Amino acid sequence: MSLTRHQGGGVIALTFIGAFALAILPLPGALEIYRPEWVTLTLIYWAMAMPARVGVAIGWITGLLLDVLRDTLLGQYALALALVAFLTLHLHQRLRVFPLWQQGVSVFVLVMLQGLVVIWIKGLIGQSPGLWAVIAPALTSGLVWPAVYLYLRHLRRRHQVA
Amino acid sequence: MGVLRRSTACIHAGVVPRPSSLRSRRFAVKLLFVQGPSIGTRLLLLAALSITLMTLDQRTDAIRQVRGGLAVLVYPLQYAVNIPAQLLDWAGDSFTSREHLQEENEALRRENAALRSQLQKLTFIETENRQLRELLQSAKRVGDRVLIAELLAVDLDPYRKAVVINKGSRDDTLYPGQPLVDADGVMGKLIHVNPWSSTAMLITDPNHALPVQVARNGLRAIAVGSGTEDHLELLHLPNNADVREGDLLVTSGLGCVFPAGYPVGKVIRVEVNPRLPFAHIVVAPSARLTRSREVLLVWPGLSERPGNPCAFGKPEDEG
Repeated sequence: MSLTRHQGGGVIALTFIGAFALAILPLPGALEIYRPEWVTLTLIYWAMAMPARVGVAIGWITGLLLDVLRDTLLGQYALALALVAFLTLHLHQRLRVFPLWQQGVSVFVLVMLQGLVVIWIKGLIGQSPGLWAVIAPALTSGLVWPAVYLYLRHLRRRHQVA
Repeated sequence: MGVLRRSTACIHAGVVPRPSSLRSRRFAVKLLFVQGPSIGTRLLLLAALSITLMTLDQRTDAIRQVRGGLAVLVYPLQYAVNIPAQLLDWAGDSFTSREHLQEENEALRRENAALRSQLQKLTFIETENRQLRELLQSAKRVGDRVLIAELLAVDLDPYRKAVVINKGSRDDTLYPGQPLVDADGVMGKLIHVNPWSSTAMLITDPNHALPVQVARNGLRAIAVGSGTEDHLELLHLPNNADVREGDLLVTSGLGCVFPAGYPVGKVIRVEVNPRLPFAHIVVAPSARLTRSREVLLVWPGLSERPGNPCAFGKPEDEG
Protein backbone atom coordinates (compact mmCIF):
# COMPACT_ATOMS: atom_id res chain seq x y z
CA MET A 1 0.00 0.00 0.00
CA SER A 2 2.83 2.35 0.74
CA LEU A 3 4.05 1.75 -2.79
CA THR A 4 0.92 3.18 -4.36
CA ARG A 5 0.74 6.21 -2.12
CA HIS A 6 3.46 8.13 -3.86
CA GLN A 7 2.38 7.81 -7.45
CA GLY A 8 1.43 10.97 -9.26
CA GLY A 9 1.31 13.25 -6.25
CA GLY A 10 3.16 15.82 -8.32
CA VAL A 11 0.40 15.81 -10.92
CA ILE A 12 -2.23 16.46 -8.26
CA ALA A 13 -0.14 19.29 -6.80
CA LEU A 14 0.41 20.81 -10.25
CA THR A 15 -3.30 20.77 -11.06
CA PHE A 16 -3.94 22.58 -7.79
CA ILE A 17 -1.27 25.16 -8.59
CA GLY A 18 -2.89 25.68 -11.99
CA ALA A 19 -6.26 26.13 -10.30
CA PHE A 20 -4.80 28.71 -7.89
CA ALA A 21 -3.31 30.61 -10.81
CA LEU A 22 -6.69 30.65 -12.60
CA ALA A 23 -8.30 31.78 -9.36
CA ILE A 24 -6.22 34.98 -9.21
CA LEU A 25 -5.80 35.65 -12.93
CA PRO A 26 -6.92 39.24 -13.49
CA LEU A 27 -10.31 39.51 -15.21
CA PRO A 28 -12.14 42.67 -16.27
CA GLY A 29 -14.21 43.99 -13.37
CA ALA A 30 -17.62 42.96 -14.68
CA LEU A 31 -16.57 39.37 -15.39
CA GLU A 32 -14.87 38.88 -12.05
CA ILE A 33 -18.02 37.67 -10.36
CA TYR A 34 -18.56 34.94 -12.99
CA ARG A 35 -15.19 33.32 -12.38
CA PRO A 36 -15.67 29.57 -11.81
CA GLU A 37 -14.28 28.29 -8.52
CA TRP A 38 -11.36 26.49 -10.14
CA VAL A 39 -9.82 25.33 -6.87
CA THR A 40 -13.10 23.83 -5.70
CA LEU A 41 -13.58 22.07 -9.04
CA THR A 42 -10.10 20.56 -8.83
CA LEU A 43 -10.70 19.50 -5.25
CA ILE A 44 -14.04 17.88 -6.13
CA TYR A 45 -12.45 15.98 -9.01
CA TRP A 46 -9.60 14.55 -7.00
CA ALA A 47 -11.75 13.78 -3.96
CA MET A 48 -14.12 11.94 -6.28
CA ALA A 49 -11.47 10.09 -8.28
CA MET A 50 -9.15 9.18 -5.43
CA PRO A 51 -10.91 9.58 -2.12
CA ALA A 52 -8.12 7.75 -0.32
CA ARG A 53 -5.60 10.45 -1.15
CA VAL A 54 -7.42 13.75 -1.43
CA GLY A 55 -9.78 14.32 1.43
CA VAL A 56 -10.88 16.73 4.09
CA ALA A 57 -7.36 17.70 5.19
CA ILE A 58 -6.20 18.54 1.65
CA GLY A 59 -9.41 20.49 1.17
CA TRP A 60 -8.73 22.45 4.32
CA ILE A 61 -5.14 23.25 3.33
CA THR A 62 -6.10 24.38 -0.19
CA GLY A 63 -8.82 26.51 1.37
CA LEU A 64 -6.30 28.12 3.70
CA LEU A 65 -4.05 28.95 0.75
CA LEU A 66 -7.04 30.40 -1.08
CA ASP A 67 -7.74 32.55 1.97
CA VAL A 68 -4.24 33.97 1.76
CA LEU A 69 -4.39 34.43 -2.01
CA ARG A 70 -7.70 36.27 -1.82
CA ASP A 71 -6.76 38.05 1.38
CA THR A 72 -9.91 37.06 3.20
CA LEU A 73 -10.43 36.16 6.82
CA LEU A 74 -8.01 33.30 7.52
CA GLY A 75 -10.01 30.07 7.77
CA GLN A 76 -13.14 30.98 5.87
CA TYR A 77 -12.41 29.22 2.58
CA ALA A 78 -10.60 26.53 4.59
CA LEU A 79 -13.83 25.71 6.38
CA ALA A 80 -15.90 25.88 3.19
CA LEU A 81 -13.55 23.66 1.17
CA ALA A 82 -13.17 21.12 3.98
CA LEU A 83 -16.95 20.85 3.95
CA VAL A 84 -17.02 20.44 0.16
CA ALA A 85 -14.34 17.73 0.37
CA PHE A 86 -16.31 15.97 3.09
CA LEU A 87 -19.52 15.92 1.04
CA THR A 88 -17.67 14.80 -2.08
CA LEU A 89 -16.10 11.93 -0.16
CA HIS A 90 -19.52 10.94 1.07
CA LEU A 91 -21.03 11.05 -2.40
CA HIS A 92 -18.08 9.92 -4.48
CA GLN A 93 -19.46 6.52 -5.43
CA ARG A 94 -22.69 8.06 -6.62
CA LEU A 95 -21.00 11.00 -8.35
CA ARG A 96 -18.75 8.67 -10.35
CA VAL A 97 -21.62 6.93 -12.10
CA PHE A 98 -23.59 10.09 -12.84
CA PRO A 99 -23.62 11.29 -16.45
CA LEU A 100 -21.58 14.45 -16.93
CA TRP A 101 -24.51 16.87 -16.88
CA GLN A 102 -25.76 15.41 -13.64
CA GLN A 103 -22.31 15.70 -12.14
CA GLY A 104 -22.40 19.33 -13.28
CA VAL A 105 -25.61 19.85 -11.34
CA SER A 106 -24.07 18.28 -8.22
CA VAL A 107 -21.02 20.51 -8.63
CA PHE A 108 -23.33 23.52 -8.88
CA VAL A 109 -24.88 22.53 -5.56
CA LEU A 110 -21.50 21.94 -3.89
CA VAL A 111 -20.04 25.27 -5.07
CA MET A 112 -23.23 27.01 -4.05
CA LEU A 113 -22.89 25.48 -0.59
CA GLN A 114 -19.31 26.73 -0.39
CA GLY A 115 -20.50 30.18 -1.37
CA LEU A 116 -23.21 30.10 1.28
CA VAL A 117 -20.68 29.22 4.00
CA VAL A 118 -18.47 32.09 2.83
CA ILE A 119 -21.34 34.58 2.63
CA TRP A 120 -22.53 33.52 6.06
CA ILE A 121 -19.10 34.12 7.61
CA LYS A 122 -18.86 37.45 5.79
CA GLY A 123 -22.27 38.35 7.17
CA LEU A 124 -21.03 37.64 10.67
CA ILE A 125 -18.15 40.10 10.31
CA GLY A 126 -20.33 42.75 8.72
CA GLN A 127 -19.75 42.43 4.99
CA SER A 128 -22.71 41.41 2.90
CA PRO A 129 -22.24 40.62 -0.77
CA GLY A 130 -25.48 39.96 -2.63
CA LEU A 131 -26.85 36.49 -3.27
CA TRP A 132 -25.94 36.77 -6.95
CA ALA A 133 -22.29 36.74 -5.87
CA VAL A 134 -22.95 33.18 -4.66
CA ILE A 135 -25.07 31.95 -7.55
CA ALA A 136 -22.98 33.31 -10.44
CA PRO A 137 -19.73 31.41 -9.69
CA ALA A 138 -21.73 28.27 -8.86
CA LEU A 139 -23.47 28.45 -12.24
CA THR A 140 -20.27 28.91 -14.22
CA SER A 141 -18.57 26.20 -12.16
CA GLY A 142 -21.34 23.75 -13.04
CA LEU A 143 -21.08 24.72 -16.71
CA VAL A 144 -17.31 24.26 -17.00
CA TRP A 145 -17.34 21.04 -14.96
CA PRO A 146 -17.51 18.63 -17.96
CA ALA A 147 -14.41 20.21 -19.49
CA VAL A 148 -12.56 20.18 -16.15
CA TYR A 149 -13.60 16.58 -15.56
CA LEU A 150 -12.48 15.34 -18.97
CA TYR A 151 -9.20 17.22 -18.80
CA LEU A 152 -8.30 16.05 -15.30
CA ARG A 153 -9.31 12.48 -16.15
CA HIS A 154 -7.06 12.63 -19.18
CA LEU A 155 -4.20 13.86 -16.99
CA ARG A 156 -4.86 11.18 -14.39
CA ARG A 157 -4.83 8.37 -16.94
CA ARG A 158 -1.86 9.67 -18.85
CA HIS A 159 0.28 10.05 -15.75
CA GLN A 160 -1.19 6.99 -14.04
CA VAL A 161 -2.00 8.83 -10.87
CA ALA A 162 -3.07 6.24 -8.36
CA MET B 1 -2.36 -9.83 1.11
CA GLY B 2 0.36 -11.24 -1.11
CA VAL B 3 -1.98 -11.26 -4.10
CA LEU B 4 -3.06 -7.72 -3.40
CA ARG B 5 0.50 -6.61 -3.15
CA ARG B 6 1.32 -8.18 -6.49
CA SER B 7 -1.65 -6.56 -8.18
CA THR B 8 -0.79 -3.13 -6.79
CA ALA B 9 2.78 -3.63 -7.94
CA CYS B 10 1.45 -4.40 -11.42
CA ILE B 11 -0.55 -1.20 -11.46
CA HIS B 12 2.46 0.65 -10.26
CA ALA B 13 4.41 -0.63 -13.22
CA GLY B 14 1.54 0.24 -15.51
CA VAL B 15 1.03 -3.36 -16.67
CA VAL B 16 -2.66 -3.78 -15.91
CA PRO B 17 -4.68 -2.01 -18.61
CA ARG B 18 -7.95 -1.62 -16.67
CA PRO B 19 -7.00 -0.09 -13.36
CA SER B 20 -10.39 1.38 -12.47
CA SER B 21 -12.03 -1.73 -11.01
CA LEU B 22 -8.86 -2.61 -9.15
CA ARG B 23 -8.58 0.87 -7.84
CA SER B 24 -12.05 0.84 -6.39
CA ARG B 25 -11.33 -2.52 -4.79
CA ARG B 26 -8.15 -1.18 -3.39
CA PHE B 27 -10.01 1.79 -2.01
CA ALA B 28 -12.43 -0.60 -0.34
CA VAL B 29 -9.49 -2.40 1.23
CA LYS B 30 -8.03 0.90 2.31
CA LEU B 31 -11.31 1.90 3.87
CA LEU B 32 -11.28 -1.30 5.88
CA PHE B 33 -7.81 -0.64 7.21
CA VAL B 34 -8.04 3.11 7.27
CA GLN B 35 -5.85 4.73 9.89
CA GLY B 36 -6.71 7.65 12.08
CA PRO B 37 -10.06 9.31 12.78
CA SER B 38 -13.02 9.07 10.40
CA ILE B 39 -13.67 11.86 7.92
CA GLY B 40 -16.54 13.16 10.02
CA THR B 41 -14.27 13.60 13.03
CA ARG B 42 -11.62 15.19 10.84
CA LEU B 43 -14.14 17.64 9.47
CA LEU B 44 -15.24 18.59 12.97
CA LEU B 45 -11.64 19.07 14.12
CA LEU B 46 -10.76 21.18 11.08
CA ALA B 47 -13.96 23.20 11.42
CA ALA B 48 -13.05 23.97 15.03
CA LEU B 49 -9.56 24.95 13.88
CA SER B 50 -11.01 27.22 11.16
CA ILE B 51 -13.30 28.94 13.62
CA THR B 52 -10.39 29.50 16.01
CA LEU B 53 -8.29 30.93 13.18
CA MET B 54 -11.10 33.21 12.01
CA THR B 55 -11.76 34.50 15.50
CA LEU B 56 -8.07 35.17 16.07
CA ASP B 57 -7.75 36.84 12.68
CA GLN B 58 -10.78 39.03 13.22
CA ARG B 59 -10.16 40.06 16.82
CA THR B 60 -6.41 40.01 17.37
CA ASP B 61 -3.08 40.44 15.70
CA ALA B 62 -1.84 37.07 16.95
CA ILE B 63 -1.71 35.22 13.65
CA ARG B 64 -0.17 37.93 11.53
CA GLN B 65 2.95 35.77 11.34
CA VAL B 66 0.94 32.80 10.03
CA ARG B 67 -0.58 34.88 7.26
CA GLY B 68 2.81 36.39 6.48
CA GLY B 69 4.38 32.94 6.18
CA LEU B 70 1.63 31.63 3.93
CA ALA B 71 1.78 34.81 1.86
CA VAL B 72 5.48 34.20 1.21
CA LEU B 73 4.53 30.70 0.07
CA VAL B 74 1.99 31.97 -2.48
CA TYR B 75 3.96 35.04 -3.59
CA PRO B 76 5.78 33.17 -6.42
CA LEU B 77 2.38 32.29 -7.87
CA GLN B 78 1.17 35.89 -7.69
CA TYR B 79 4.41 37.00 -9.29
CA ALA B 80 4.04 34.42 -12.07
CA VAL B 81 0.43 35.42 -12.78
CA ASN B 82 1.58 39.05 -12.97
CA ILE B 83 4.19 38.28 -15.66
CA PRO B 84 1.85 38.32 -18.72
CA ALA B 85 0.59 41.78 -17.75
CA GLN B 86 4.16 42.96 -17.34
CA LEU B 87 5.09 41.49 -20.72
CA LEU B 88 2.18 43.30 -22.34
CA ASP B 89 3.35 46.55 -20.77
CA TRP B 90 6.86 45.89 -21.93
CA ALA B 91 5.69 45.02 -25.44
CA GLY B 92 3.60 48.17 -25.53
CA ASP B 93 6.67 50.18 -24.55
CA SER B 94 9.03 48.45 -26.96
CA PHE B 95 6.95 48.45 -30.11
CA THR B 96 5.78 52.03 -30.23
CA SER B 97 6.70 54.10 -33.24
CA ARG B 98 9.30 56.83 -33.19
CA GLU B 99 6.70 59.52 -33.93
CA HIS B 100 4.57 58.36 -31.05
CA LEU B 101 7.55 58.50 -28.71
CA GLN B 102 8.46 61.96 -29.95
CA GLU B 103 4.93 63.18 -29.40
CA GLU B 104 4.85 61.68 -25.96
CA ASN B 105 8.22 63.14 -25.14
CA GLU B 106 7.06 66.57 -26.26
CA ALA B 107 3.90 66.32 -24.16
CA LEU B 108 5.85 65.18 -21.12
CA ARG B 109 8.33 68.03 -21.55
CA ARG B 110 5.51 70.56 -21.66
CA GLU B 111 3.86 68.99 -18.62
CA ASN B 112 7.16 68.96 -16.78
CA ALA B 113 7.74 72.65 -17.48
CA ALA B 114 4.24 73.52 -16.28
CA LEU B 115 4.66 71.43 -13.12
CA ARG B 116 8.05 72.97 -12.37
CA SER B 117 6.72 76.46 -12.62
CA GLN B 118 3.92 75.50 -10.23
CA LEU B 119 6.48 73.93 -7.93
CA GLN B 120 8.41 77.21 -7.71
CA LYS B 121 5.29 78.89 -6.50
CA LEU B 122 4.59 75.99 -4.16
CA THR B 123 8.00 76.21 -2.49
CA PHE B 124 7.41 79.88 -1.87
CA ILE B 125 3.93 79.26 -0.52
CA GLU B 126 5.17 76.44 1.70
CA THR B 127 7.83 78.65 3.25
CA GLU B 128 5.34 81.41 3.75
CA ASN B 129 2.86 78.98 5.28
CA ARG B 130 5.48 77.71 7.72
CA GLN B 131 6.38 81.23 8.75
CA LEU B 132 2.74 82.15 9.27
CA ARG B 133 2.16 79.02 11.32
CA GLU B 134 5.21 79.87 13.42
CA LEU B 135 3.78 83.33 13.99
CA LEU B 136 0.53 81.77 15.11
CA GLN B 137 2.44 79.18 17.14
CA SER B 138 0.27 76.46 15.71
CA ALA B 139 1.25 72.86 14.93
CA LYS B 140 4.00 72.48 12.37
CA ARG B 141 3.55 69.96 9.64
CA VAL B 142 6.48 68.00 8.36
CA GLY B 143 6.68 66.82 4.76
CA ASP B 144 5.33 63.38 3.94
CA ARG B 145 7.75 60.62 2.95
CA VAL B 146 6.77 58.41 0.01
CA LEU B 147 7.81 55.11 -1.55
CA ILE B 148 6.91 53.98 -5.06
CA ALA B 149 5.34 50.54 -5.37
CA GLU B 150 3.83 48.61 -8.23
CA LEU B 151 0.49 46.88 -8.36
CA LEU B 152 0.52 43.16 -9.09
CA ALA B 153 -2.04 42.21 -11.71
CA VAL B 154 -3.87 39.61 -9.63
CA ASP B 155 -7.47 39.43 -8.51
CA LEU B 156 -8.49 39.03 -4.90
CA ASP B 157 -11.81 38.33 -3.28
CA PRO B 158 -14.51 39.24 -5.85
CA TYR B 159 -16.76 40.64 -3.12
CA ARG B 160 -14.31 43.33 -2.12
CA LYS B 161 -12.19 46.03 -3.69
CA ALA B 162 -8.56 45.40 -2.88
CA VAL B 163 -5.18 45.24 -4.62
CA VAL B 164 -1.79 43.62 -4.07
CA ILE B 165 1.40 45.69 -4.21
CA ASN B 166 4.93 44.43 -4.63
CA LYS B 167 6.37 46.02 -1.48
CA GLY B 168 6.35 44.42 1.94
CA SER B 169 7.90 44.57 5.38
CA ARG B 170 11.26 43.52 3.89
CA ASP B 171 11.39 46.66 1.75
CA ASP B 172 10.53 49.31 4.29
CA THR B 173 8.68 49.86 7.55
CA LEU B 174 5.20 49.52 6.12
CA TYR B 175 2.31 49.29 8.54
CA PRO B 176 -1.36 48.31 8.31
CA GLY B 177 -3.43 51.44 7.78
CA GLN B 178 -0.77 53.17 5.73
CA PRO B 179 -2.20 55.47 3.02
CA LEU B 180 -1.77 54.62 -0.64
CA VAL B 181 -2.06 57.31 -3.32
CA ASP B 182 -1.43 57.54 -7.04
CA ALA B 183 -0.52 60.53 -9.17
CA ASP B 184 -4.11 61.82 -9.14
CA GLY B 185 -5.47 61.11 -5.69
CA VAL B 186 -6.03 58.83 -2.73
CA MET B 187 -6.34 55.13 -3.58
CA GLY B 188 -6.76 53.37 -0.25
CA LYS B 189 -4.84 52.01 2.70
CA LEU B 190 -2.85 48.89 3.52
CA ILE B 191 -4.68 46.15 5.38
CA HIS B 192 -2.10 43.35 5.51
CA VAL B 193 1.66 43.74 5.32
CA ASN B 194 3.53 40.56 4.36
CA PRO B 195 7.29 40.13 3.90
CA TRP B 196 7.38 40.71 0.13
CA SER B 197 3.94 41.95 -0.71
CA SER B 198 1.06 43.82 0.89
CA THR B 199 -2.64 44.12 0.29
CA ALA B 200 -4.51 47.39 0.27
CA MET B 201 -8.20 48.15 0.53
CA LEU B 202 -9.37 50.64 -2.09
CA ILE B 203 -11.53 53.62 -1.18
CA THR B 204 -14.36 52.09 -3.24
CA ASP B 205 -14.57 49.05 -0.92
CA PRO B 206 -17.91 49.05 0.91
CA ASN B 207 -16.05 48.74 4.23
CA HIS B 208 -13.87 51.77 3.60
CA ALA B 209 -14.73 55.16 5.05
CA LEU B 210 -12.62 58.23 4.48
CA PRO B 211 -12.84 61.59 6.28
CA VAL B 212 -12.96 64.31 3.62
CA GLN B 213 -13.70 67.99 3.27
CA VAL B 214 -15.00 70.07 0.41
CA ALA B 215 -12.04 72.07 -0.90
CA ARG B 216 -14.24 75.08 -1.71
CA ASN B 217 -15.67 75.70 1.76
CA GLY B 218 -14.10 73.23 4.20
CA LEU B 219 -17.36 71.34 4.85
CA ARG B 220 -16.44 68.01 6.42
CA ALA B 221 -17.99 64.65 5.54
CA ILE B 222 -17.34 60.93 5.37
CA ALA B 223 -16.86 59.30 1.98
CA VAL B 224 -17.83 55.63 1.97
CA GLY B 225 -17.06 53.13 -0.79
CA SER B 226 -19.99 51.78 -2.76
CA GLY B 227 -18.52 48.43 -3.81
CA THR B 228 -18.56 49.49 -7.47
CA GLU B 229 -15.44 50.56 -9.30
CA ASP B 230 -16.24 54.14 -10.01
CA HIS B 231 -17.98 55.91 -7.18
CA LEU B 232 -18.10 56.77 -3.49
CA GLU B 233 -20.93 58.22 -1.48
CA LEU B 234 -20.99 61.02 1.08
CA LEU B 235 -22.82 59.98 4.22
CA HIS B 236 -25.02 61.95 6.58
CA LEU B 237 -24.98 65.32 4.88
CA PRO B 238 -28.27 67.20 5.34
CA ASN B 239 -30.34 68.22 2.35
CA ASN B 240 -29.31 71.83 2.67
CA ALA B 241 -25.56 71.16 2.90
CA ASP B 242 -23.49 73.39 0.65
CA VAL B 243 -22.25 70.76 -1.80
CA ARG B 244 -22.51 71.25 -5.54
CA GLU B 245 -21.75 69.13 -8.53
CA GLY B 246 -18.11 69.55 -9.55
CA ASP B 247 -16.87 70.27 -6.03
CA LEU B 248 -13.43 68.84 -5.30
CA LEU B 249 -13.08 66.76 -2.14
CA VAL B 250 -9.75 66.46 -0.33
CA THR B 251 -8.76 64.42 2.70
CA SER B 252 -9.39 66.30 5.91
CA GLY B 253 -6.75 64.57 8.00
CA LEU B 254 -9.26 63.81 10.72
CA GLY B 255 -9.08 60.21 11.84
CA CYS B 256 -5.28 60.35 11.62
CA VAL B 257 -4.94 57.73 8.89
CA PHE B 258 -4.68 59.93 5.81
CA PRO B 259 -2.63 63.12 5.75
CA ALA B 260 -4.71 66.22 5.02
CA GLY B 261 -4.97 67.78 1.59
CA TYR B 262 -4.78 64.86 -0.86
CA PRO B 263 -7.48 64.95 -3.55
CA VAL B 264 -10.14 62.25 -3.20
CA GLY B 265 -12.69 62.92 -5.91
CA LYS B 266 -15.21 65.17 -7.57
CA VAL B 267 -18.89 65.37 -6.72
CA ILE B 268 -20.79 64.15 -9.79
CA ARG B 269 -24.35 64.04 -8.51
CA VAL B 270 -26.33 65.63 -5.68
CA GLU B 271 -29.82 64.23 -5.23
CA VAL B 272 -32.07 65.96 -2.77
CA ASN B 273 -35.21 64.15 -1.73
CA PRO B 274 -37.19 66.12 0.87
CA ARG B 275 -38.70 62.95 2.26
CA LEU B 276 -35.28 61.57 3.23
CA PRO B 277 -33.23 63.09 6.05
CA PHE B 278 -29.96 63.15 4.15
CA ALA B 279 -28.89 64.11 0.65
CA HIS B 280 -27.63 61.41 -1.70
CA ILE B 281 -24.24 62.61 -2.92
CA VAL B 282 -22.16 60.61 -5.38
CA VAL B 283 -18.44 61.18 -5.84
CA ALA B 284 -16.16 59.98 -8.65
CA PRO B 285 -12.67 59.16 -7.30
CA SER B 286 -9.79 61.17 -8.75
CA ALA B 287 -7.30 58.31 -8.48
CA ARG B 288 -7.27 55.96 -11.42
CA LEU B 289 -8.19 53.01 -9.24
CA THR B 290 -8.46 50.42 -11.97
CA ARG B 291 -5.76 51.67 -14.30
CA SER B 292 -2.81 52.81 -12.20
CA ARG B 293 0.19 50.52 -12.25
CA GLU B 294 2.42 52.63 -10.05
CA VAL B 295 1.29 53.78 -6.65
CA LEU B 296 2.86 55.75 -3.81
CA LEU B 297 2.96 54.66 -0.20
CA VAL B 298 2.85 57.67 2.09
CA TRP B 299 4.25 58.12 5.58
CA PRO B 300 2.24 61.05 6.90
CA GLY B 301 4.42 63.77 8.34
CA LEU B 302 3.33 64.41 11.90
CA SER B 303 3.21 67.59 13.81
CA GLU B 304 6.13 68.15 16.14
CA ARG B 305 3.91 69.37 18.91
CA PRO B 306 3.62 66.84 21.76
CA GLY B 307 -0.13 67.17 22.20
CA ASN B 308 -0.95 65.95 18.68
CA PRO B 309 -3.83 63.46 18.92
CA CYS B 310 -2.52 61.63 15.86
CA ALA B 311 0.79 60.80 17.49
CA PHE B 312 -0.54 57.57 18.96
CA GLY B 313 -0.96 56.12 15.50
CA LYS B 314 2.63 56.87 14.58
CA PRO B 315 4.19 53.97 12.69
CA GLU B 316 7.28 53.98 14.92
CA ASP B 317 5.10 53.20 17.92
CA GLU B 318 3.53 50.22 16.23
CA GLY B 319 6.95 48.71 15.65
